Amino acid sequence: MSLAQLGLYDQAIIVFAALVLFTSFIMLAQPRMLPLVFAFAWQGVLLAVVTGLVAYVSNHPHLYLSAGLTVVLKVFLIPWLLYRLALRLGIEHEAEDIRHPSLLLLAGAALVLFSYYVALPIVRLSGLATRNTVAVSIAVVLVGMLLMIARKKAVAQVIGFMSIENGLFFAAVVSTYGMPLIVELGVAFDVLVAAILFGVFFFHMRESFDTLDVDRLNRLSEAHESILTHDEAADAVAVGERP
Amino acid sequence: MTAHAFLVWALALVQALALAAAAPLLAGWIKRVKCASQNRAAPPLWQPYRDLAKLLRKEVVLAENASWLFRAAPYVVFAATLLAAAAVPVFAVDLPTAAIADVIVIAGFFALARFFTALAGLDIGTAFGGMGSAREMMVGALAEPAMLMAVFTLAMTANSTNVATVVDYVLNAGLVLRPSFLFALLALAMVAVAETGRIPVDNPATHLELTMLHEAMILEYTGRHLALIEWASQIKLAIYAVLVANLFLPWGIAQELAPAALGLGVLAVAAKLAALGAVLVVWETVLAKMRLFRVPQFLGFAFLLALLGVLTFVVLETAGVNA
Amino acid sequence: MALTLAYLAILVAAVSGLAALPFGTRRRLAQRAVFLLLAASGALAIAAGAWALGAGLEQRGEIALGLPWLHWQMRLDALSGFFYVLIGVVVLAASLYGPGYLREYERAPRPIAVLHLATGIFVAGMLLVVLADDALSFMIAWELMSVASYLLVTFEHERGANRRAGFLYLLMAHVGALAILLAFGVLAAFGGGFTFAQMAAGELTPLWATVAFAFALAGFGAKAGLVPLHAWLPEAHPVAPSHVSALMSGVMLKVAIYGFVRVTYGLIGQYYWGWGLLLLVLGAASALAGVLYAIQQNELKRLLAYSSIENVGIVFLGLGLSLIFLGTGQPVLGTLGLVAALYHAFNHALFKGLLFLGAGAVIMRTHERDLEHMGGLIRRMPVTAGLFLVGSIAISALPPFNGFVSEWLTFQTALRAPVLDGGVETAVLRSLIPLAAAALALTGALAAACFIKAYGIAFLGRPRTRHVARAREVSRGMLAGMALLAGGCLLLGVLPTPVIAALAPLTRLLLDVQLPQATASGWLWLTPVAPSVASYSAPLVAFAIALVFALGYVLFKRRAKPPRYTPAWDCGFGGLTARMQYSSTGFAMPMRRVFAPAWRIEERVETTPGPDALGRPRAIRHALHVLDWSWLKAYVPIGRLVLAAARRIGALQAGSIHTYLVYSFVTLLVLLVVQWLVGAA
Repeated sequence: MSLAQLGLYDQAIIVFAALVLFTSFIMLAQPRMLPLVFAFAWQGVLLAVVTGLVAYVSNHPHLYLSAGLTVVLKVFLIPWLLYRLALRLGIEHEAEDIRHPSLLLLAGAALVLFSYYVALPIVRLSGLATRNTVAVSIAVVLVGMLLMIARKKAVAQVIGFMSIENGLFFAAVVSTYGMPLIVELGVAFDVLVAAILFGVFFFHMRESFDTLDVDRLNRLSEAHESILTHDEAADAVAVGERP
Repeated sequence: MTAHAFLVWALALVQALALAAAAPLLAGWIKRVKCASQNRAAPPLWQPYRDLAKLLRKEVVLAENASWLFRAAPYVVFAATLLAAAAVPVFAVDLPTAAIADVIVIAGFFALARFFTALAGLDIGTAFGGMGSAREMMVGALAEPAMLMAVFTLAMTANSTNVATVVDYVLNAGLVLRPSFLFALLALAMVAVAETGRIPVDNPATHLELTMLHEAMILEYTGRHLALIEWASQIKLAIYAVLVANLFLPWGIAQELAPAALGLGVLAVAAKLAALGAVLVVWETVLAKMRLFRVPQFLGFAFLLALLGVLTFVVLETAGVNA
Repeated sequence: MALTLAYLAILVAAVSGLAALPFGTRRRLAQRAVFLLLAASGALAIAAGAWALGAGLEQRGEIALGLPWLHWQMRLDALSGFFYVLIGVVVLAASLYGPGYLREYERAPRPIAVLHLATGIFVAGMLLVVLADDALSFMIAWELMSVASYLLVTFEHERGANRRAGFLYLLMAHVGALAILLAFGVLAAFGGGFTFAQMAAGELTPLWATVAFAFALAGFGAKAGLVPLHAWLPEAHPVAPSHVSALMSGVMLKVAIYGFVRVTYGLIGQYYWGWGLLLLVLGAASALAGVLYAIQQNELKRLLAYSSIENVGIVFLGLGLSLIFLGTGQPVLGTLGLVAALYHAFNHALFKGLLFLGAGAVIMRTHERDLEHMGGLIRRMPVTAGLFLVGSIAISALPPFNGFVSEWLTFQTALRAPVLDGGVETAVLRSLIPLAAAALALTGALAAACFIKAYGIAFLGRPRTRHVARAREVSRGMLAGMALLAGGCLLLGVLPTPVIAALAPLTRLLLDVQLPQATASGWLWLTPVAPSVASYSAPLVAFAIALVFALGYVLFKRRAKPPRYTPAWDCGFGGLTARMQYSSTGFAMPMRRVFAPAWRIEERVETTPGPDALGRPRAIRHALHVLDWSWLKAYVPIGRLVLAAARRIGALQAGSIHTYLVYSFVTLLVLLVVQWLVGAA
């Protein structure tokens, strides 16, 4: 079924699905912290619009509730939490140095292709008008993971994690018209709790390492610790030998 | 040649010449809106014509070691740009000149113009010229794939690379929301900004040595040579504006060659160009010029948008999953 | 009759080197005679090829050479005819160019007769490869071509670098030949014989067809310079004398492409889209890598050699598209891809031949190979500069010259990707083919940057050394050779439709398909699929450019005052010097920065601080090396492995006669056991 044969609302769903994917790429390329949070909020807006449209087209009223939940949680609450956190940590002007941003974006594009390929069998089974967007939802999940892998700052990690969740939610909406409400509520609160936990974790991380680079977390490993203690021991010896 | 065919060719010629003739007006309009938006006194709308006329009258001063290539380059640049103007449907669709060159050839014309401008920049042997050429080629090399990729999205949707056919296709399909067109539009707009040397890639108003791209290459030109190059770059801006306007928002363009339809077509394209000029002014006022090595990222993002356009076309818009 | 002309062309080329003998020490006359024969050979080849291609002939013959039961089979058909024309044109141009160019070598310490002999045999070998119709004569001709060209690469053997390049070249030629031999072996096993007719009749299973294809790709790809096997090419091609470089880059690479097309389309005769995808990836990688490396070269001929890799990549990209469409049941589009690839092969022969000849002219007059020492030659050598400019425009794929036409056709083929409809695999192809098109677009734009650099630094600006400032225009013969190729570039660019119509017998022969649509709208219009899908009118474009020039001349030139000449503006610092210009390295710097991962860049800046209070440095040393990854990551490790293996095997050579006797004894026993086992089975 080609695009021109679909109804206008179905077309709109597809356009907004593409925009959701686009915001994922924006997040992938955005080195600054606050715009990153805003991009995430925009993804939430678009997601809510898609959910609302699907609810309207497929006549599933409970999806309106999901859309509302998305707006409250992912457009306002979580971005607000992250925003406040960024202000309190004083990292709102920080920019991360991304190595080879173009290659990163190309890798993201490759992931879109890959998820298209992966989604084809699923798409064939589905009879829904929105079935083609399944590939997009998988791509959102994968690009979110890529974001977590490629970026070092903890805020970016959280955003990546949240956008993975966005992708999963999106997949549920477009492939089966949403999960049962109770599951959705549970997931939503899980995400909220995760966001708060991350916030606490940031402060601790900052106190312990004086940085929000997750790369430094490898200092926690025992192997590294033993090297450290070894070095310290060597230092101690060096100091001890001095008269 | 029948009378009708003659008329059609004549009309096509008129369309191309009209675009060339109106291009300085667009430049004047942009300048005027920009001044108005920044609370400055604006030069009159026809100031670009006055500048061109003055340059055309003035004596040509050449550097001592200018070669024949330096003197021939403005004509090649102008010819290539004029040809590109002839191949773009401005106010009527089905004109024969559109078949001379499809959109890849139009990109080829711009590349030819850039090739000669860059060579001319190297001819005198000043440091500025070489700097401009090297930078321009970097920008051009990155902009060209992004532009072609954006155009391919449309070409694959409409199953044609002829601009006129694509315009016809979009008109006949009615209102279809296509995510791929959205991405292609954004990508093409970004490429157009880079290719026509506007902010944030280049600043057409500057002669500050470290920020020049296009101006650095043509620094040694005077008189009618300079007039031709300036005019060509105004035409180029107009062509990109017409491309963006007519490929993505073709409504109003004349599909038959009746006087009323043609009149409407002229009005429609004038309105679209005026609106696009205003958008460009807002864009240029909001953004600051990037430093040179940010430009690859800018164009890389344009390429990504174009790529997303193709990908969403393949993933979301084709029927390829029915088997 | 056409076949007789073809034989004659080979014969004349083979004996052309001997023509110098009767003239003894009168070198000028000897050279004239040699190149006259070579030119005759080229003309004969053009005639034979044009005849075969035009009439769609298929003539077979047999030469009583070779094995008693397998005489050399010869065949002249449309495909060989096409490549005969290609070889003939460049050989003709090179032999017009040769007499003037070789004055340079007259006082050389080496006997110039060796150069003539090797050139003649090289050309004869290439012509014979294209004519061969059985595996044996093909391989003999192939080796003849390789060995003769080795002699040409090492002609100036007193330079160690040339000897090393020659050795590497010979090595890669033989590794490639081995792979080709294996491909023929597989085909012969299924066909039951070594003639191409028998091989083509053999029914291969898909697996063995793929094996044969892989060997053919490795063998011919190594000769053609596909990534990652390309590293020998930029070493070998530039060090030969320039007219030979033109033949090697312009023609010999095309002979490799001929071999690949013959084996894949003519002998294997099965098409799978997976093969096409492989070619697409390799082609795009070669095109990008070739042009990116070319852009960083400062030596003119080396730059041209790297750009050959780029163009071979574009040809293979077209062939890949062709195989993809053939493998998914789209024969017309498959044919279009093939036509685009062959068209580009012909174009590359023309403009790369032209550029190498031009580079030879520059090097002959300036004795400089390095771009950094050239400059301003357009004023000293205006005709050469004009012809080189034609080549540069053509190779940068700009209208209205020929390079643009073939790239445009490749784009048009790629843009048909949405017609692939159906299974999962086509979904992937549909999305990957546009990416290949984007790679092609990037290649074209980078090629333009590369040749702006080459042309701008060498011919424009101010002369950077004294030699260059005193350069003179080259002789008329040399200019005629270049002009012939430049004319070809223009002709094939302005009249693409008749050229494609002329290729109809070829596509009928290989695929039983013609392109009726491409030429349906008359000679003015090129419409590869349908007029509504895409059209390009090169004659009108050329006409319009000429018209604007004429108008410009009438309007301005005649009426206006003559221009006034003054010194260029120097910002008031007084005196522009040649050292203030952009250098070749500097021009390529933005690219080096943007595409940094493509090379291994070793850059060092050493600053010696000066004594004065301002802290101005007394001296700055800048060293830059841009290294080829394929050399570092493929060639060097493999070389090390081979050496290690050789050391192991070398242990067998113990030096004791008893050990050797034991080897012979054991071998004999093993063979007897094998014989017994085979007999039992």
